[in-house]
Amino acid sequence: MASTASRDILKVSPTSTIPFVPRLLRLAILIAIDVFVVWLLNRLVALGFFPLAAAFLIITIFVNVVILRKEAYPIRWMVVGLVLMALFTIYPIIFTIWVAFTNYGESHLITKQQALDQFLNEKYLPEAGKAYTWTAFKSDAGDYTLWLTDADGNGYLATPGEPLIQPQPGELGVGELDAKGIPATIEGYQRLNAILAATDKSLPDILFGEAGKTIQVRSPTEAAELLPLYIYDSAQDAMINQETGIAYKNLRGTFTSSAGQSLRPGFIESIKLNNFRDFFISPALRGPLVQLITWNFAFAILSLLFNFFLGLAIAILFNDPDFPLKKLIRSLLIIPYTVPALITILIWRGMLNPDLGVISRAIQSLFGWSPSWFTDQWWAKIAILLVNLWLSYPYFMLICSGALQSIPQDIYEAALVDGASPWQKFRKITLPLLLVAVGPLLIASFTFNFNNFNLIYLFNAGGPPIAGTPTPAGHTDILISYVYNLAFSGARGVNYGFAAAITIIIFFIVGAITLFQFRYTRMWEEVGENV
Amino acid sequence: MSSITSIQRLRASASVQRKFSIGVRLIIAVFLIIFSIFPVLWVISASLNPTGTLATQKLIPDNPGFGNYRELLNLEQFPFWTWFGNSLKIASITSVISLSITTVAAYAFSRFRFRGRQTMLKAILLINVFPGLLALVATFLMISQIGDVIPFLGLGNHTSLILVYLGGAMGVNIWLMKGFLDTIPRDIDESAMVEGATDWQIFTQLILPLLRPILIVVAILNYIGTYGDFVLARVLLRSNEQYTLMVGLQIFAGAQFQQRWGVFAAGALIGALPIMIIYLALQDQIVGGLTQGAVKG
Repeated sequence: MASTASRDILKVSPTSTIPFVPRLLRLAILIAIDVFVVWLLNRLVALGFFPLAAAFLIITIFVNVVILRKEAYPIRWMVVGLVLMALFTIYPIIFTIWVAFTNYGESHLITKQQALDQFLNEKYLPEAGKAYTWTAFKSDAGDYTLWLTDADGNGYLATPGEPLIQPQPGELGVGELDAKGIPATIEGYQRLNAILAATDKSLPDILFGEAGKTIQVRSPTEAAELLPLYIYDSAQDAMINQETGIAYKNLRGTFTSSAGQSLRPGFIESIKLNNFRDFFISPALRGPLVQLITWNFAFAILSLLFNFFLGLAIAILFNDPDFPLKKLIRSLLIIPYTVPALITILIWRGMLNPDLGVISRAIQSLFGWSPSWFTDQWWAKIAILLVNLWLSYPYFMLICSGALQSIPQDIYEAALVDGASPWQKFRKITLPLLLVAVGPLLIASFTFNFNNFNLIYLFNAGGPPIAGTPTPAGHTDILISYVYNLAFSGARGVNYGFAAAITIIIFFIVGAITLFQFRYTRMWEEVGENV
Repeated sequence: MSSITSIQRLRASASVQRKFSIGVRLIIAVFLIIFSIFPVLWVISASLNPTGTLATQKLIPDNPGFGNYRELLNLEQFPFWTWFGNSLKIASITSVISLSITTVAAYAFSRFRFRGRQTMLKAILLINVFPGLLALVATFLMISQIGDVIPFLGLGNHTSLILVYLGGAMGVNIWLMKGFLDTIPRDIDESAMVEGATDWQIFTQLILPLLRPILIVVAILNYIGTYGDFVLARVLLRSNEQYTLMVGLQIFAGAQFQQRWGVFAAGALIGALPIMIIYLALQDQIVGGLTQGAVKG
């Protein structure tokens, strides 16, 4: 890179000149960050958010390296920006890929370990299980102990974590027994009366007695020896119901019995390529998806053509330095571009309202009939293209008039000498030269419209709906608005995994177009020259 | 017929032709202007229409007044001014912080030579190609997970929304800024360095003042982008008082569009005004920035 060689005179400044106190301060801040991240990682791992924990770990290591190593001095200038970009732009991209291979979604929101813990906590009372009547005692520190009486009238003392014992009055602080065989006092504890005990909220959750033979309060009168309802069999990856003996096997993240019954909640699990397979071969999805993708391309291409050619036509029409009121006309024509798109879309929604909107009323009074802009799929599509035309033509007008001015005039003079007609001049000179200049912007605009969520969602929420689809989809829905419905509308249960898979497919489409753009415009070479 | 008179005749006819062509083009211009400003006029008229419903509106209302604007103040279910304030706040904070981060980073990219510099620049460009909207689901899940540990960075929080905006604002802006920085001669830095100035002093005292034009463009493009964002705010914010104006207007439109068209129009107009003023006042600078590759989003 000979052209930039002269710039390389500046060397990276030595950091040793930085005074001692700021350096100490920097170190203190770094330590504070590290301590915080260690705490954060601990919590994230406990909650099962492993990808996020990994992201924080990698980013923190990067920050430490940058702050501690002298060679990384230039990176320190951009470290805040890079961290934010890594966390909020790069990580979501990677996380999207991770999610796309899982069943993440409604009823699959927790990790397998969390689901297992939940099931393994469930208890049942076996037929041979022993039931007792109970009296609760509470210490000043808030510890509980139970006095149990079995059907034969034997009394037991049950403390959490310790085996049952059968003490005589006087032993272990147990006071005299009353008429029912219950001690009036236990040393260090206060006896709870029946009402206090029945309304105590924490009592039913406490496991009394030793592990494996725990006793729990089941009702105001009864305590019983409960056994775990499920045992996890890791060999066949199944939950075995101890009461009925039914095995619930792990099926795509839900424990399901052979009879089709399932245990709720399910959990997040890798389901490999299933989301992508559903996208390509699920017969229920195929109909609406083919329709959606066709419209998605048609919408992006037609929008681009209409908007570009109207913008270009206006630019050519007024591409005349002596045109009167040029500045004023331009200012008035770019007004649509200055209104925030969302507001524009909502305004058009009002103006096209079938019964009340001004445009519908005007058409109605002229022709005695007006199009149903929101309920007929073709008119809805036309309306969306019209609104997009209004939104975007000023942008193309601006970039085209800029590009037109950069075309050298002597080419036209030469063409005039050769006797070229105006159409030939446009076809052979203006259009090719213009496309070279604005080509990359056209492709960027295509990819923008390909994912123009705001327009589709705000104008008509993708409607009118397509009848009989397994997940809600509309005639004007494009892929990204369909993804939004899958992930956030919740009409038939959210499915983040499938939504992420479609996102990746969109990315490949957009990526292919962008790659084409890079090839076409030799953008990389330019990048190489400019850096 | 002498050649001189024929040239004169040709000139005369060319001038008639030219006048005719300008006349036709002016007529076309009038039609185009009607097409482009009619919706705006319609909304202004609606906001002044005292009956305030969609059906009863005419272009010039019968008894124009500011009733709709007054009503906007008193909507309990739709705290318009809170939304407006939220939008201004979020867009300002995002735009200022993002500007500082980007400028400092672009300075380093422009002035220092280090290993991996080109790769990083290209990577930033490439990452920016990925439409942020596509990571929406993942961003939502991520913020919800962070919120389980640190509630004030979770869902339903302006801080987390701003952080997400900041993360997305790096790409294009760094390129724009670095391009501008590269045009500032390095002799300036070098002479200061000879005087013993540190990098930070050179940056803040010499370079920063020279950057003012591009700083304004980047800050404004950023401000407009954040102010006009809908979907991230819709997904990440949770309660009525937190919503930004764009989310609020969408909800308002969904609930009471037809009956309170006038009030909606008043709100839409006030909401659009800051951006319209910025655009029209700074047309030339913004157009310059646009043609460098920013697409309105």
